[in-house]
Amino acid sequence: MMIVRFDDQIVRYFVIATAIWGFVGMLVGALIALQLPFWQANLGEYLSFGRLRPLHTNAVIFAFAGNAIFGAIYYSTQRLTKARMFSDLMSRFHFWGWQFIIVSAAITLPLGLTTGKEYAELEWPIDVLIAVVWVVFAVNFFLTLKIRREKHMYVALWFYIATIVTVAVLHIGNSLALPVGLFKSYPLFAGVQDAFVQWWYGHNAVAFFLTTPFLGLMYYFLPKAAERPVFSYRLSIVHFWSIVFLYIWAGPHHLAYTAVPEWAVTLGMVFSIMLWMPSWGGMINGLFTLRGAWHKLRDSVVLKMYVIGITFYGMSTFEGPLLSVKTVNALSHYTDWTVGHAHAGALGWNGFMIFGMIYWLLPRLWNTKLWSERMANAHFWVGTIGMLLYVMALYSAGVTQGLMWRAFDDAGHLVYPDFMETVIQIVPMYWVRLVGGLLYLTGMIMLGINMIMTIRTAKEKPSDAAISVAA
Amino acid sequence: MSKFIQTNGRHRTIEGWPLVFTVLTVICVLVGGTVEFLPLVLMEGNIPVISSVTPYTPLELAGRDLYIREGCVNCHSQMIRPFRDELERYGDYSKPGESVYDRPFLWGSKRTGPDLARVGGKYPDLWHVRHMEDPRSTSPNSIMPPYDWLLSKTLKLNDLPAKMRGLKSLGTPYSTADIDGSVEDANAQAENLARNIAANGGPEDLADKEIVAVVAYLQRLGTDLTKLTN
Repeated sequence: MMIVRFDDQIVRYFVIATAIWGFVGMLVGALIALQLPFWQANLGEYLSFGRLRPLHTNAVIFAFAGNAIFGAIYYSTQRLTKARMFSDLMSRFHFWGWQFIIVSAAITLPLGLTTGKEYAELEWPIDVLIAVVWVVFAVNFFLTLKIRREKHMYVALWFYIATIVTVAVLHIGNSLALPVGLFKSYPLFAGVQDAFVQWWYGHNAVAFFLTTPFLGLMYYFLPKAAERPVFSYRLSIVHFWSIVFLYIWAGPHHLAYTAVPEWAVTLGMVFSIMLWMPSWGGMINGLFTLRGAWHKLRDSVVLKMYVIGITFYGMSTFEGPLLSVKTVNALSHYTDWTVGHAHAGALGWNGFMIFGMIYWLLPRLWNTKLWSERMANAHFWVGTIGMLLYVMALYSAGVTQGLMWRAFDDAGHLVYPDFMETVIQIVPMYWVRLVGGLLYLTGMIMLGINMIMTIRTAKEKPSDAAISVAA
Repeated sequence: MSKFIQTNGRHRTIEGWPLVFTVLTVICVLVGGTVEFLPLVLMEGNIPVISSVTPYTPLELAGRDLYIREGCVNCHSQMIRPFRDELERYGDYSKPGESVYDRPFLWGSKRTGPDLARVGGKYPDLWHVRHMEDPRSTSPNSIMPPYDWLLSKTLKLNDLPAKMRGLKSLGTPYSTADIDGSVEDANAQAENLARNIAANGGPEDLADKEIVAVVAYLQRLGTDLTKLTN
């Protein structure tokens, strides 16, 4: 027999980084949410809405969710393979490289250094760095699979594989650009083709950065927290391969009725509708894992958060296909409905899955008890109410404005020919959205306090978990 | 099928082969994108050429990059959909051939403010200057942030030749003369614009300020289609 000690220190790093960047990203989110109904909150050149909005999206997607999925992958992969990560050095390069990328983003975006492509705003030197760090992460991960002591890969690992290879392909494909200065480049493709590539990337960033790694996370952490096996092995096979195959096709639904050829948009719409079922396959496999364990929700804040998270995964993956239908998209596109949809997924699914994971990991990583269960419960409620207020406000704003834009009177004239009328109408909803966002941010702060106090009150120095394996 | 997915079925076997599993995954994710993208590149009929669409002038290009820098695309689309209300509100719907020189495309995904695809020529130059300086002065109740720094920051033109050389190598038909004379050309267009703004009672000496480039770009938007009939 020999002892294998896991590298849990790297997980602690990623978990702490998740909380810090989550707070920063949501704080910037709250500021830009304030800037919409209150333009005076645009604080000059570097802190105006146009420059801060990409900072918010990059921070919450790549810094908050990014660090969280890395933490989840490093924690669960070692346990599922019964092996320590292949290289501690690569793990640390991944961690610090990623934090450096985030800091570079936080500096360059307010300076106005941007490609202008949504969710891919970072300029080419940072793009190169992202590719390098991602490749090191991939090599470290796949070599860990190679030295695994468990013959078969558990379903969580399938989703991690899909994440790692596809994000690499998407990032490189969408970042193909010709540098014309230190922080200026022009994309290889123009116009219609650039639009297509951008939404092939944009849609699948949602798929392979905010969905597949989180499904992997769900498949590992939910059965652990519920102490129940996954509901269905067969369902996991069917929905994994369907998701991996179908998602890529759906990108053009972001371009309905634009100058992109109609056949591409129709294809995107059809595949988006097909995606509904495999997405719900994931939701069903998650929720049904709790069969016979629902009573545990009473005492487990972790499970409560997972249930909200998975439920909102189901809601957003129903809403997504709905919005891809051309007639619905004709109304919803360009309005706040889209923003509401994005946040149902981000706050509901990604946020709560991350919170559940962190509350489960904290006592285990620091060999102690969670400092305050009550505060974690309060976080659950504040976060849930905040998220609901947020999305309801934007659904209402989006539908209202969409209907006003297209309203004609009996004489055949636009009822609201002045765009401003449709803006004034939804400003109150922007305030409600701000309140919802601030509640959600409050929950994030509660998590931060709970985390700091849990770490500070831990009696012993944290030690890394170990298992014994056949030599 | 059932043989494949049952416990200890064939899928179980590939779960023990990470390399095979990864290759299969890569194939799955490459199919959709390839099938959709190749026709867009290979079939010209997808993006019909419009002969009156020409590359941006050097000053307009500088203005476009400032538009990108300020993140205008976060709130303003440049893509009019073929709906009755949009035609009424914004003008003719956007054609694929209109954005062939747009690197990146700036169609946007959100209309917090109105679409700008055909804003060119809709307002006088001076209107845009006032609007950028203080949006509420021209559009009461507007929620747009002020961009007053565009009126005071000096316009940088010395990187234009490098930018145009880059665009040329990607396919934008700039001639060598265009590139060599880009700074001069931009200055001339800027002075023209600034004179017009001043003559209409606007601020003096904006010729070397960023605002003129932004105005030049905005006034160009969507005008290519009607250029011949003007």
